[in-house]
Amino acid sequence: MKISPSKLISLLFFVFSGYYLYTAYQIQVFAFDENAPFNAKTFPIYLGFAGLVFSALYIILPETNPTNVDLKVLDYKKTIGLVILMILYGLTILRAGYFLSTSIFLVASYIILGERKWIWIFILSFPFVAIFMYLLHGLLNIYLRDPFLKYIGIMG
Amino acid sequence: MIEGILIGLQTALSFKNLMMVMIGCFSGTIIGMLPGLGPMTAIALMIPITYGFDPSTGLILMAGVYYGAVFGGSTSSILINAPGVPGTVATSFDGYPMAQQGKAGKALAIAAYSSFAGGTISAIFLLIAAPSLSLVSLSFRSPDYFGLMILGLTAVAAFSSKGNFLKAMMMVVLGLMLASVGQDTLSDIPRFTFDNMNLSDGISFVLVVMATFAMSEALTIIFKANDPTKAAKQISLSQLGSIKLDKDETKKMVTTIPRSSVLGFIIGVLPGAGATIASFLAYGMERNFVNDEEKQKFGKGSVNGIAAPETANNAACSGSFVPLLTLGIPGSGTTAVMLGALLGFGIQPGPRLYQTNPEIFWSVIMSMYIGMVVLLILNLPLIPYIARVLATPRTFLIPLILFFSLTGVYLMSFNNFDIYMMIGIAVVATVLRLYDFPMPPLILAFVLGGLMEENLRRSLLISDGSWSFMWDRPLTIVIMLTIIFIVGWQIYKSFFKKKL
Repeated sequence: MKISPSKLISLLFFVFSGYYLYTAYQIQVFAFDENAPFNAKTFPIYLGFAGLVFSALYIILPETNPTNVDLKVLDYKKTIGLVILMILYGLTILRAGYFLSTSIFLVASYIILGERKWIWIFILSFPFVAIFMYLLHGLLNIYLRDPFLKYIGIMG
Repeated sequence: MIEGILIGLQTALSFKNLMMVMIGCFSGTIIGMLPGLGPMTAIALMIPITYGFDPSTGLILMAGVYYGAVFGGSTSSILINAPGVPGTVATSFDGYPMAQQGKAGKALAIAAYSSFAGGTISAIFLLIAAPSLSLVSLSFRSPDYFGLMILGLTAVAAFSSKGNFLKAMMMVVLGLMLASVGQDTLSDIPRFTFDNMNLSDGISFVLVVMATFAMSEALTIIFKANDPTKAAKQISLSQLGSIKLDKDETKKMVTTIPRSSVLGFIIGVLPGAGATIASFLAYGMERNFVNDEEKQKFGKGSVNGIAAPETANNAACSGSFVPLLTLGIPGSGTTAVMLGALLGFGIQPGPRLYQTNPEIFWSVIMSMYIGMVVLLILNLPLIPYIARVLATPRTFLIPLILFFSLTGVYLMSFNNFDIYMMIGIAVVATVLRLYDFPMPPLILAFVLGGLMEENLRRSLLISDGSWSFMWDRPLTIVIMLTIIFIVGWQIYKSFFKKKL
């Protein structure tokens, strides 16, 4: 039996709604609130049931307007590359600081997407981030903690 | 009311706010031009910046971005036949053929003048309608609000689903589920936090908007191997032609604009309908109004064919602010983003906003009008140059969108947990988008989740746990019947109409 991707997503949503509903029932409410007409778990329980109903309907009923996607034309390599890069950015931003991690993230993303104009890659990374940081500090008074800039003595 | 207008003008005409309108319109035009990146992305990218401002200034900036993005969408429709936003698809029917005849400048001018006129007329309607509706909506009670929110969600789901109503409803439920994460507002009991401190305050609105729009749109462009800037590279400054209109063209516009403005404004006020439906309806209506000779020109570069949808989509933008400002209930994804931003400023829109924060209420309305003037006198002459900026390769564009999204979320919390969560939501949203699961219902539901639960709580407590509150008052019955009609119509349309 072949299942369409939209129905598969609905099936996943059905499972997710079931788990959500189970978790909603586990919410601990105050003893005096247990039999109240409305407590902290009432709304989530309704949502869990709504999720089950809508996803079940989509799975059961015939698809009137199926979405066809040609999976062969999708660019997995670059997309996954960018996602991994963003995760690495999240890992480094607190340790290396905003300036260095953001600049390297930009350089790496330009390269992953196939850009090879090195002057522009440089301009739109390190100097660009430096100007952006200056605007944040100067105009919006937003302080960005940056261990790297502190280490080399640019930031206090 | 006069006093309110003066307060609004005073706030909107301050140097800082005027600058914000200009920056908003300009950046909105650039982002709106890019196919795939609409007003919601443009506003989402601006939210982190606006938190440094006072609420009026922040809202004025976002309103400018909104109008600029709609205008930018028209520009790409006309120049490269690639509408930046769905609301400008109808503009491309006649705008692009006119541009191909070497009259791109003229088509852009018709779009700009029509947008200006539509925006001006609807701003006047808004001036009249908003305070009156504010007074009326003071009599609304919790069951009515709860019903209105369901109505808004159902309507947005119905209109944005492209025939997949159930997909849109799943997105509504997912949005409400995401909104339920964090401490319960009344009892402070943690829900779905899994003992993680980062989740105790719930998921940030900015994070969800950035992830589902800006970041997932950028990832979708890469995933589908699209290049939104490719066509823009072919634009030549010399090919745009004159922006001057002759007498006959002006005469045609004079008759089209008033009726399209009225239609656009009314459609904009209705929950869920918005600029896209307004522009299509106006295009269709105009085609029926004109004589047979003019009818033949439709699709081949008709002046009326550009003026009608452009007038209507701008009028609908103003109209969509009516339910937001008076009821506190957004009628579209874009106004939902603005509601989220307002809540971030600590402002609860609704009937009392008119009384408690008149400077915000009126300055937003007045800045809309100023935004229109800015678009006309600043952006129109600059279009050839702005269009050239669009030739920025996607190899630079996409990383920069990701950069602004990541920075925006990092600036909100200064921790990397939010970055990981944003990446996770963006990846899921990218896959969902691929299979036509619409995102606007998710955002609207996420924004309304807290308010909806609060109003349901009050309604159930007042009626001692009985669901009779849904048919106790005539107003609530009307709202519920409308919801039943929309759901019934969607079911009929999806499963029966094609088979008949």
